Amino acid sequence: MDDKVNYLLRLGDNALILSQQLSQLCGKGPALEEDMALTNVALDLLGQTRMWFEYAAELEGAGRDEDQLAYHRDAHDFKNCLLLEQPNGNYADTMMRQFFFDSWHYFLIRELTASSDARIAAIADKSLKEVTYHLRRSGDLIVRLGDGTADSHAKTQTAANELWMYTGEMFAYDAVDNAMAAAGIAPASGVLRQLWLDHVAEVFAEATLTMPSPDAWMQKGGKQGTHTEHLGFILAEMQFLQRAYPGAEW
Amino acid sequence: MHAIDSAAASTEQVWTWLGEVADPEIPVISVVDLGIVRAVEMEGDVCVVTITPTYSGCPAMQVIADAITDALRGHGISKVRLVNQLSPAWTTDWMSAAGKIKLKDYGIAPPAQQVIDISGLQKGGKPDGDIGVKRSALSKLPKLTVACPICGSDHTEITSQFGSTPCKALYKCLACREPFDYFKCH
Repeated sequence: MDDKVNYLLRLGDNALILSQQLSQLCGKGPALEEDMALTNVALDLLGQTRMWFEYAAELEGAGRDEDQLAYHRDAHDFKNCLLLEQPNGNYADTMMRQFFFDSWHYFLIRELTASSDARIAAIADKSLKEVTYHLRRSGDLIVRLGDGTADSHAKTQTAANELWMYTGEMFAYDAVDNAMAAAGIAPASGVLRQLWLDHVAEVFAEATLTMPSPDAWMQKGGKQGTHTEHLGFILAEMQFLQRAYPGAEW
Repeated sequence: MHAIDSAAASTEQVWTWLGEVADPEIPVISVVDLGIVRAVEMEGDVCVVTITPTYSGCPAMQVIADAITDALRGHGISKVRLVNQLSPAWTTDWMSAAGKIKLKDYGIAPPAQQVIDISGLQKGGKPDGDIGVKRSALSKLPKLTVACPICGSDHTEITSQFGSTPCKALYKCLACREPFDYFKCH
């Protein structure tokens, strides 16, 4: 597979899987305002997914469209980071996953606005205000939950500790990422990690949370298609209709 | 009635027609008021309309695209091509003054000012060694005065950053006690 197509699918799969996870909370948010916020963020991410997939499908030129990329691929063809397929869990888990992702996503999208690929830069330009809004919100909630009650603090710290090992993958460059960086399409290796660590450290300090060690052992494999058991269940629900009734349309 | 030759329609005429195409979710304002239509050009007998999405995932965009095509066909322009332009990204600054008044009369508080200042966020033009972002910078919301569209009082407060559509937030008026939608700055 062409490196750029692969890279675009990674961007799209991250947004799609997180969007699907957040959509599952529709009608189940802990408060009406949170419910609306979660689904609005899910909608933004779904819109971004379409832009990435549309471009990937064009470049691939294999006759697949954005829907086929979403509904007709199996788990090993998905390239999302493992972090995003981790369960919604309790609200601290949901928000910590969101915060870790938003912090990375924000810096990534910001750097991609300067991509040498004009289409990627345009999609990033379109997405930047949305992801800024997402990060502001999830950072605020981490502070409220971490610096809240003893119970919310404990749950938020536990969420951070358990999700931490899935954060390293976002910064682990492989051959595809390196090729994109070399072409000026993606930011260079190492640029995002320090920005991310600094931002997370700042928010954790305000939230009275303890940041796990940046040198901790990290999981990886999602970008290359090796996933945790959770992804299959997510796809089973997301792809059900197209699996049961192939080609069904509205 | 004969369909007019597309080439005969001036771009000014097309803009006027587009000014009658209502936003599907806020039918009192047009797609031109909203700032979605960025350009109108005639390429031979093809009318090329450049539009830009409000939010990436806004489900109204497809409806808007269809409504524009239908409206122009209704005016006899058979060949319409829509171009989706992502950059520069849509901003509520592009909403017309007339559109803002119509929003208010409809009960939705119009965008007050630029809330998300992204001037310091974009790559390029930043001092070396300072490409990070402080949470304080992200969280810094200018003190917003959102006037109640019903009674006009400035004594209002936000109840949710997200509302019924991606472009709105929820507010309530502490003077007349009415809840209302606020069209967020974007």
